[in-house]
Formats: sequence, structure tokens, C-alpha cells
Amino acid sequence: MKPQSRAFKTNATQALTNEPLKKALGGIKHGFVANRARARANLPEFEQLRDEAKAVKEHTLAHLDLYLEEYEKKVTASGGHVHWAPTASDAREAILKICQDAGAKTVTKGKTMIGEEIAINDYLEDAGITPVETDLGEYLIQIRNEAPSHIIAPAIHLTKDQVEADFRKLHTSLPYDRVLEEPAQLVAEARKMLREQFLAADVGITGANLLIAETGTSVIVTNEGNGDLTQCLPRVHIVIASIEKTVPTLEDANTILRVLARSATGQECSTYTTFTTGPKRPEDPDGPEEYHVVLLDNGRTEMLGSEFHDMLRCIRCGACMNHCPVYGAVGGHAYGWVYPGPMGAVLTPSLIGIDEAGHLPNASTFCGRCEAVCPMRIPLPKMMRHYREREYEKGNTPHRYKLGLKLWAFAAKRYRLYQALTGLAIPLMARFGKRSGRFRTIPLAGGWTRHRDLPAPQGKTFQQLWREKEAKS
Amino acid sequence: MAKTEIAEAKPSVGLFVTCLVDLIRPSVGFAAVKLLEEAGCKVEVPRAQTCCGQPAYNSGDKKDAHELALNTIAAFEGYDYVVAPSGSCAGMLSHHYPELLGDNPETAERAHAFAKKAHELVSFLVDVRGIKKVDIKYSGRVTYHDSCAGLRELGIKDQPRKLLKSIQGLKLQEMDEAEICCGFGGTFCIKYPDISNAIVEKKTANITASKSDCLLAGDLGCLMNMAGKLSREGRQMDVRHVAEVLAGMTDEPAIGANGGES
Amino acid sequence: MSGAEDRQSILDAIRSALHPKGDDTARKQAVRERLTSHPSNLVPRRGKASGDARLKLFIETLEGQSAKVSRAKSANDIPDIVAAYLRESNLPAEFRTGSDELFDRIPWDKTPALTRHQGRGQGSDAVTMSRARSAAAETGTLFLTSGEENPTTLNFLPDTHIMIISKQDILGSYEDAWNALRDIYGARTLPRAVNLVSGPSRTADIEQIIVMGAHGPRRLHVIIVG
Repeated sequence: MKPQSRAFKTNATQALTNEPLKKALGGIKHGFVANRARARANLPEFEQLRDEAKAVKEHTLAHLDLYLEEYEKKVTASGGHVHWAPTASDAREAILKICQDAGAKTVTKGKTMIGEEIAINDYLEDAGITPVETDLGEYLIQIRNEAPSHIIAPAIHLTKDQVEADFRKLHTSLPYDRVLEEPAQLVAEARKMLREQFLAADVGITGANLLIAETGTSVIVTNEGNGDLTQCLPRVHIVIASIEKTVPTLEDANTILRVLARSATGQECSTYTTFTTGPKRPEDPDGPEEYHVVLLDNGRTEMLGSEFHDMLRCIRCGACMNHCPVYGAVGGHAYGWVYPGPMGAVLTPSLIGIDEAGHLPNASTFCGRCEAVCPMRIPLPKMMRHYREREYEKGNTPHRYKLGLKLWAFAAKRYRLYQALTGLAIPLMARFGKRSGRFRTIPLAGGWTRHRDLPAPQGKTFQQLWREKEAKS
Repeated sequence: MAKTEIAEAKPSVGLFVTCLVDLIRPSVGFAAVKLLEEAGCKVEVPRAQTCCGQPAYNSGDKKDAHELALNTIAAFEGYDYVVAPSGSCAGMLSHHYPELLGDNPETAERAHAFAKKAHELVSFLVDVRGIKKVDIKYSGRVTYHDSCAGLRELGIKDQPRKLLKSIQGLKLQEMDEAEICCGFGGTFCIKYPDISNAIVEKKTANITASKSDCLLAGDLGCLMNMAGKLSREGRQMDVRHVAEVLAGMTDEPAIGANGGES
Repeated sequence: MSGAEDRQSILDAIRSALHPKGDDTARKQAVRERLTSHPSNLVPRRGKASGDARLKLFIETLEGQSAKVSRAKSANDIPDIVAAYLRESNLPAEFRTGSDELFDRIPWDKTPALTRHQGRGQGSDAVTMSRARSAAAETGTLFLTSGEENPTTLNFLPDTHIMIISKQDILGSYEDAWNALRDIYGARTLPRAVNLVSGPSRTADIEQIIVMGAHGPRRLHVIIVG
């Protein structure tokens, strides 16, 4: 998708008045957030497991080239094929070629954020191949031609009424007077419609939550079972995964899985965790005849060893956005690209450039809740600050803002000047504000007083009063 | 203040006033001095202090932040402790200075030594000075907002509650989502005013639902944001820095209130 | 670029980011060591439960994840349990299994009404049955392996999935369950698919309301034998 992150501010302002969105986002508190808290409380070792999960990824990243080579060796030995894709376009070409070689007309898809990142659906469609999203949330947004607004709950911004309207418009083979009031009825209808697609697809594309070097295995985690039908029914299975998804062993996978679902949905574990190694074996009655893995770099190797290195530990659980006050106010679409919320505020500029995504690392209160809940202990605010530094150095910081900052810093670095200036200005301001104790409007502070009053200063500055007190005694 | 076992020699505390307290609400500074003196400290206010540099640091202006950090460290050389009535500024001093000044071994060492002696006021009173209660009276129901930096960078959660609960006549009514950001975020509220507003609206709804007469927190930035919103919404609610209540210094009009009416 | 060049360019980029000096001996040693000894990381205490406590944890966790759990004293009891369950649930008295020898040992003709079909899963299957190779009590998770004995499609296509597991195959942790599979399949090799299943299929993609049976089975019935 074409990034819309430059328009973050406008998008966010629109989102703030979108009532269905507000209602949908309001549900996160009693859903994901409450469930994560419960899962954490149920597992006394949770904090230690976070440390261990972080250590697993740190070790893997420090040996990433070697583990990738081992992983490839095992995939090949099990009869699978590994395709290395330095860029999104390399990945798209590799996937299209596999689909064309298979003579594919329809492709079912499990949920894959990498698929979103490389915009594979549009590419396949342009080549005459129909991609069908099978994760219910992805299906809902595909039929609306929207981007996901959350990395694990792509349609979290929609209400059931919107879904009902879409289904009536799309599923025209079904009687119009059917009852579609409850989520259960909507889910049953999607199940029925998609079941036909699963059975008819030529190729299945899934993402991967983990790649295991020990065994050459790809792992997907789902609750619906759609990813499994996507990968075990068609003749060809393509896994698309970015290189940092690698872990060394099954034991290391266990550690990550123990924090993943608990952080994401708050489940002890997801319903289905599937470990796939290679294509169908001679004695197998089912499974794909071909198994391909497209390994995507697309900017990750540039993050490696940089100040954004830690971001490569991310396991895409979504806890950061579930707990983010900004995400909770504006939702995912405002962020304008594939990855929203705090993880997106770091990953998006890393992948599409800070010029395109400059707003995202700025649109944070630095409340630190994202880092506090991140199972991989990624210092998200710190990395957002690094992006702010890059922007500042590049001169991307808005001129008026930068001027204000410079003037303030000039004075703040000279305490005599600072105290002389504030000693004049503050008592004056206090006199104007004395009557009501606050200002309803104030020049140059429109952003503040548009929504709230500005409390007036009490009178003299503390420094003035303290010096006066000292002089007396 | 309760008489506790306080070391023979009075430790020297340099009060880091913070710019907002200096400019907007000096009474918080005086409350801090009173609390620190009652906790057996010798308090001084070095003149050569202005701002900790956080606005520059969080805006990506590393160079100015760097200079301000070195100025601040120099101003507090020679004190046993540096104490600030703000979790956010104290977090800057104790957590971010070492990071900001970490590039050069000489400044890194100074920053680490400085960070070790830098504390937020209420956690300093409870954790370092061992204060268990304050000996004052207060009549009313208060609710306490956990400011983000204090809570998540410094672990300030129980300390203010412990002291508040020791006050005779004070009833602490917890609000829902006390740990969630108020939307201030320093320069965030200026850069993204509409988002900031949406966040503070949720906060004031929680504050109002707590049925308290007074909102307390340990950071003046957050307090000004919440007070400004409450007043714009026409709510009758006193808003104060927690130090004012702990020091029994609530004669001054509350934040954003005038002398006659509040 | 050709495939080989793409591969090399990614590996080179990683190497130059990680260790510009280029001595790989220690790193290679660390990787070889980790892959061959596959050391265990922290196993939570709940993964170390044994005996009745383990069984109780397994059952409670699985039930908490909306599965139905029954106990059979021996394989002989399975037909009656299955027949009763299908009757109570208003389901047809037929089901499909793979070729696992366990199913041959069960005296199905004891309950003449039951019809057992064999083979891989079909889109029209109402009820299927599989044998789980092992299970981890720590999260109420069953491990199923692909192959003729228990085709993977049986796990996902039906409306109702019945799983049989021997009591002795219920282990404490994921680590224990994987080691059991390593004993069967060998070190560093796995069957084509290992499905970890912890309940029936579900989704919360519409208004975060949980609905069972998104694409996979709406009902999961686990029968513990022994």
C-alpha cells in the first residue's frame, strides 16, 4: 500500500470524530488489556520469561547469518525451497513466479503482515491471480479494500453492523432476508463462503511467527484454523517471512510462544500453533506438494547493529498498541501504513524512511506503557527519540517549533538571563491571570487553549521568592 | 512529620525546582523544602539551575540537551542528593542523563554519579529517608493520578499512597485507569493537540467518576493539563501537587483556580 | 539479481552489520553447540507438575479453553463414550479416522450404530477422530503429527473433532512433549506438520466477541485413555 503517514495529523483528527471507531477502540480495555493482565497474573514466571525471550532473540540476531544458513539447509533437506528476497519487489516477483509456475488462479492467504508490507495482494491481482484472505479480520478488510488497523486484529475498527452491510452487499448468492444480527451468524456465513475457497485454491500463502533453524520449520499461530486450511489443502504452500523471525531451536520457540499469546490476546496459548517442515512426504495423504519460503530483508539488515537493532526482536503481538493511549484514541489507520502504534512508530520509518513517516515517532506522549508491556522488552520510546534526533539533524523539525526550542534553549543555558527574563514575564502573566486563575486563550498557545484552560502562574517565580527569603534571613 | 531514626549528620539536598514549579507554582517548591527539612535534610536551592533539558532531549535536539545536562550536573556538584518534585524531571536526571552523556567516558562517569544521587521528592522521602507518615490533618476525598515517568521509570506507586493514607481525615478514592497517561506528554500536547485532548477527556471522565473533591499527582505538567481540562469542562475540582497536601500547605488557591472562588 | 546473488547480498549485509572483523570461529561454535544440545530455557513451574496434579492441570486448562474432556478406563470404553457424545450432540453416528493402529484396537463393533470411515479429511466431514502423540499440561495443548495414521486435514475440516490421548502421553511442558517427538522422529527432524491444538477454533474479529468455529472445528472433544 502507498504510505499515507505524512497525513497522520489529518487522519488522526478525522479518526477522533469517527464514532464507530471510538466504540471499537473502547473495547480494547476490557478485551486485550484485561486478558493480558489476567494471563500475566496466572504465570508467576512471566517477567523472567520475558527476559529469556529477549535473550533468545538477542542471541539469534548476533548469529543471524549462521542461523539462516542452518535454517535453509534444513528446509532444503526436507524438500522445501528457500527464496532470498532483499527487497519487497524481489519477494513479490518470487511469489508471483511460484504461483504462475503452479498455474494458479486463486490463492488463499493466512494472515501475514509481511504480505501487507510487500502489498502482495495488489500485485497478484494485477497479474490475474485472485488472492483470498481467510483470516476473518483480513477477509473483512479485504472486501472493504482497507488496510489492517491492528497487527493481530486487523478489523478491530469495524462494528458488526458494518460487517453485516458488507456481507449483504457481497454474498449475493444468499437470501437477502437472512438474519445477520449476531457475530455468530456473521462468522458462520464467512465460514461457509470461505470453505469453498479453501477447497478450490491452487496456492496457499501464510506468514510465519517463527522460523526454527534446528529443524527448518515454519510456525504459525492462529485461533481460527484458517492458516492451517490455507497451508494443508492447496498443492503449493508459500511461507513469507522476514529474516528476523528466526530462532535457533524448538526450546527457543517454546520460550517465545509462552509470552506471545499471553501478550497478544491474553490467552495462555493460541488455539492452533502449527509447526511445518517441508512439503508432503511420500507416505502423507495430505499436505502441499511444494513448500516454498520467501525470506524477506526489505531494510532489516540496515537496522541490524544500528540504534534500531532492538526493534528486530519484535514478535508482532500487538501489546504495545493495545496499551497505547495514542493508538487507543486514533486507531491504526491514522498511522498510514502497515504497522500502527508504537511498534509502527519505530518500524515504519525504518522500512519506508523517516521523511515519509516523520510524524509517527513524534506522535507519542512517551508514557512508556508500550515498553512496560512489550514481551521482548523493546525500548520503543528510546528508539522513537532516536528518530526525532535524526529528524532534527536532517532539519525536518517544523521551523516554528524549532525556533521556539532554540530560543528557549538559548535562555535556559544562561541561568542569569533565564531568571531575569522569567522574573519579568511570569509576574506580568500572573497579573493578567489573577482574576480567574487561568487563561481561556493565550497567544501562541492555541494548541493548548483550543481544548483546555491554561492555569495562571501564582505570582513571582520560585527563584525570586527564594532569593527574597534568603535575603531576609 | 513523624520522628524517625534520622542519621546524625543532616544530608545536604539540592532542590531541583523544575521549570514548571519555578514559573507556575512556586508553592510546590516551598512544600518540597518543608517536607525535606522535616525529613532531616539540609536544603539548598542552587541558583545556576534552569531546566533539565527534557524538552530538547525529547525533540531530538541532543546538542542543547547535552549542554543543559552538563549545566545541571555542575550546579548540583557537592550535594549528597538532588531532589525534584517531579517524576518526569527526576527520571530525566537519573535515567536519561547517563544515556545522553554516555558517549564520552568522562561525561558518562559524571552522569552516572549524578544519576545515583538524583531522586523524585515523594519516593526520596519514603524510600531513602524512611518516612512512614505525615502528621497533619486534611478533610476531604482525594484521588491520585500516577504520572507516567514517575510510575514506569522510577516505580513510584505506593510511596505517595502510603503517605496520603497516613493523613488524618483524608480519604483516598482510587480512580479507574490511574496509571494511564493524561495526554500531556510535554511537547506532545502542543504538537498533537487534538489527540492530547482525546486522551485527557478520558482521564477527566475517570477523575470525575471517582467522586473526589481533589485531584493529586506528582508532576506539574500533568496537573496543569488535567486542571486545564477540568476547568474547561466546568468541573468543580481542586487540583494540587501531592507535595502541597503532604506538607499541609493547601492555603494557596488550587491549580487554575482563583483566590476568591475556590 | 540471481537467487544466489540475492542470498549472498543478504548474508553479507548481516555479516558486515554484526562483525566487521570477520572471525567466525566462536560464533560458529556457539551456533553448533546450541543446535545440537538445544538447551532448555526456563520452564514455568506449571509445566513441571506431575501425577494427578498434572492431569488435573491439563483437564482444567483445556476445559477453560472450551474443549470437552472425557475419561476412558481403556480403549474398550471409547465406543460407548463416542456414541453417547454424538447422540447428545445431535450428530450423525459416523466419523473419519486415519490408519493409526490405535483405532484398529478399539472394539467399534461393540456399538453397532457407529460407522468409522478412513482416509484424509473431506470438506463435508461432520466428525473426525485423531490420536494425539503427546500433550503439554502447562497450557492444555495436544500435539498431533501428520501422516497416514492421522492426516492433518482431519484436524481442521470437520465441525466436530474428537481426539484420543493416552494418559501416559500427557506430559508437563512443551519441552517434554517435543522430547517425546524427538524420541519418535529423531534429532533435528520433525514430521511434515505438528499441530499444537488447545481447544476448538474461534475468532474474536468482530467486536472482540469470541465465537467458536471460525474455520476449524466448532467442538473439540478430548478422550483421555487410562
